[in-house]
Amino acid sequence: MTESNGHSKRVMIVGAGIAGMQAALDIAGSGYQVVLVDRLPSIGGHMHQLSETFPTLDCAQCIMTPRTVDVGRHPNIQLHVYSEVEEINGEMGDFRVRIRRKAAYVNWELCTACGACTEKCPQAIPVAFDRHLEMPRQLRTGKVRHDGTGKAIYTLSPQAVPKKPVIDVEHCTYFQKGKCRLCEKVCPVGAIDFEQGPSVSEEQVGAIILATGYELYPLEKLGEYGGGRVPDVIDALAMERLLSASGPTAGVMRRPSDGREPKEVVWIQCAGSRDPEMGMPYCSKICCMYSAKQAMLYKHKVHGGQAYVFYIDIRSAGKRYEEFIQRSMEEDEVLYVRGKVSKVFREGDKVMVWGVDTLTGLPVEVAADLVVISPAMIASEGTRQLATMLGLELDPHGWWVEQEGNLAPLETGRPGIYLAGAGIGPKDIPEAVSQGSGAAGKVLSLFSRWGGPPDSVE
Amino acid sequence: MKVSYFPGCTLNTTGKGFDRAVRASTAAVGLDLVELAEWNCCGATFPLIVDNMLELAAPAHVLVAARDEGQAGIVTTACTTCYNVLRRTNVFVREHEDERERINDFIEAEYEGEVQVKDIVHLLRDDIGFDAVRERVAKPLEGLKVACYYGCMVLRPPDEVAYDDPDHPQSLDDLMSALGAAPIDFPHKNECCGAYLAVTDPEITREMVYVILRSAQAAGAEALVTNCPLCQFNLDQQQVRIRSAHAGYQAMPVFYFSQLMGLALGLDATEYGWSRHYVDARPLLRERGLWDGLPPSENGA
Repeated sequence: MTESNGHSKRVMIVGAGIAGMQAALDIAGSGYQVVLVDRLPSIGGHMHQLSETFPTLDCAQCIMTPRTVDVGRHPNIQLHVYSEVEEINGEMGDFRVRIRRKAAYVNWELCTACGACTEKCPQAIPVAFDRHLEMPRQLRTGKVRHDGTGKAIYTLSPQAVPKKPVIDVEHCTYFQKGKCRLCEKVCPVGAIDFEQGPSVSEEQVGAIILATGYELYPLEKLGEYGGGRVPDVIDALAMERLLSASGPTAGVMRRPSDGREPKEVVWIQCAGSRDPEMGMPYCSKICCMYSAKQAMLYKHKVHGGQAYVFYIDIRSAGKRYEEFIQRSMEEDEVLYVRGKVSKVFREGDKVMVWGVDTLTGLPVEVAADLVVISPAMIASEGTRQLATMLGLELDPHGWWVEQEGNLAPLETGRPGIYLAGAGIGPKDIPEAVSQGSGAAGKVLSLFSRWGGPPDSVE
Repeated sequence: MKVSYFPGCTLNTTGKGFDRAVRASTAAVGLDLVELAEWNCCGATFPLIVDNMLELAAPAHVLVAARDEGQAGIVTTACTTCYNVLRRTNVFVREHEDERERINDFIEAEYEGEVQVKDIVHLLRDDIGFDAVRERVAKPLEGLKVACYYGCMVLRPPDEVAYDDPDHPQSLDDLMSALGAAPIDFPHKNECCGAYLAVTDPEITREMVYVILRSAQAAGAEALVTNCPLCQFNLDQQQVRIRSAHAGYQAMPVFYFSQLMGLALGLDATEYGWSRHYVDARPLLRERGLWDGLPPSENGA
């Protein structure tokens, strides 16, 4: 390792979503070493789950897979997927990091990603990547979508990078009942390793970027909207999967309970967000836009269908965003109802939505076939642990605190540690990508100040 | 287990049958209710103007009596409104030091929220246990399809009063299961019953009640069970109006949980206030072989 004034000119990026990947590519492209860590077995984060992006209706996976492939193949990017940061010591220029990799029970060095293990695995499981949507059996078009997913040995998604499987111990017949090992028998290269344990690696880096991202507030905690008990009430990420060509229905519009085409679909905004009573007074920022997008895509698939969006007010501040909303109303005839929904419940094969139209002052009842909730964005699991490890501050809602909101939005209270993406607070893709590049710029200027050539590849 | 018991005005007047059923059925499972020697009105509503200390004086006075009379530091009541007011007053007194002082000055006491206010169903669930109730069942309510209705008073505001999931409460359902009945899930367990609109706008209450009852019936219920006197009154009495407003509506009885509990425990249920029901509950019970009391016409409140 080449050192300049004792400084390591490598960076660790925590989180391989769109912000972390952007930062990684920018820094790696400048010749510096990147250690990229993600909890999941493959990179890409939430953007990978999306059907299309607003306001251009680009296919998210189409614009993204070149990036994930670049990250996966880049000689300057060292991937630590299925891994978590366990310990961080030291200071800017010399952070010592310990990364723990979970046991995949598959030797990835040997694995050729042929997919035989997943194909033969007898244990089908709901797919986390598809938000655990369980569609009726006749819709599980194995050949179309279950490429590598949906079994106890799985890859994260059909376009996964790295495309290597892991075993879900909770659902694996062998781990649960002591018998099976079918994957081991069918693997042509002997990559299955039931004895594999977690492994730990130590890295030295000079700077850190935290791109830890977000999750959605769980539907189970939104009792008035069915509390996760009504199968045809789904969250917005599940709707992305339903709309996606790589999703559980191969992009054909069907609802989870009975596989029928939904004719009346209701979107509910601000589910938990902007609700001080629920402890989330903030706006989740992206819901207005993605709901318009989803309603639009729904109408493109179900021409005679009716889309309703219940909203408090429409927040479409962004380049070409307001025009996009108007287009959903005017061209796709999405019906916007200004008011909150008080209750969602099942009645026969309908999902009843009780709300209010505050423009007329009248109560509204919609007998819907499918309800899509926009739950509050919340900081991803593990953010607090990482903050404690680093001695960094989180705001009362669990988001990273910027060193200074106006002029140092990507810096933290500690030198050499930077922020990017939705872990700071709700934001959309362009903003997350900008921040990824911004944080990369901060790191690169640091490295350039330290001088000397980049650390060589070990 | 002995606890202080606050009957409240309703159970002391129109709800006497409810009161008898509560006392008898709780005693039968080892929950002894010791009526407070001195009690007054609970205040009837928790004041919405938080600086109106006077309205908190009445419930605070009850809480002081409960503390001073002992009984494990717990005061219970079967009236959900009383529960709501007493419980919230207790929370308020605990959390507001200055106001506490003013209330104490007024009622000439030193009270800091020491007692625990627990709803009777809460006590049955957590302190006695529904399994213990199940063991005492002598005449299981086999096959009786009941929809349990909780109203709002034991659920909201959740952080102050709820001992159950405010959106999907389960405690009464579990109690009914313990008694051998078949609780039916339906989406309006916690919908508003119309409350006092029954006085000012009875048509609104009628329609609100209709939605609840129709939904319970659609889910297969043949009776409703509740723990709230006001809900019981609205759900029961409004059916008289519903019958004339909605042709073909089939009325169904609205029980107090304690009436069914007494029956299932094999107690003498004669005095459980059956004649106060607008929709007579006894024909259903007789049909199911659960009623062996006097015929309806000869059986007083």
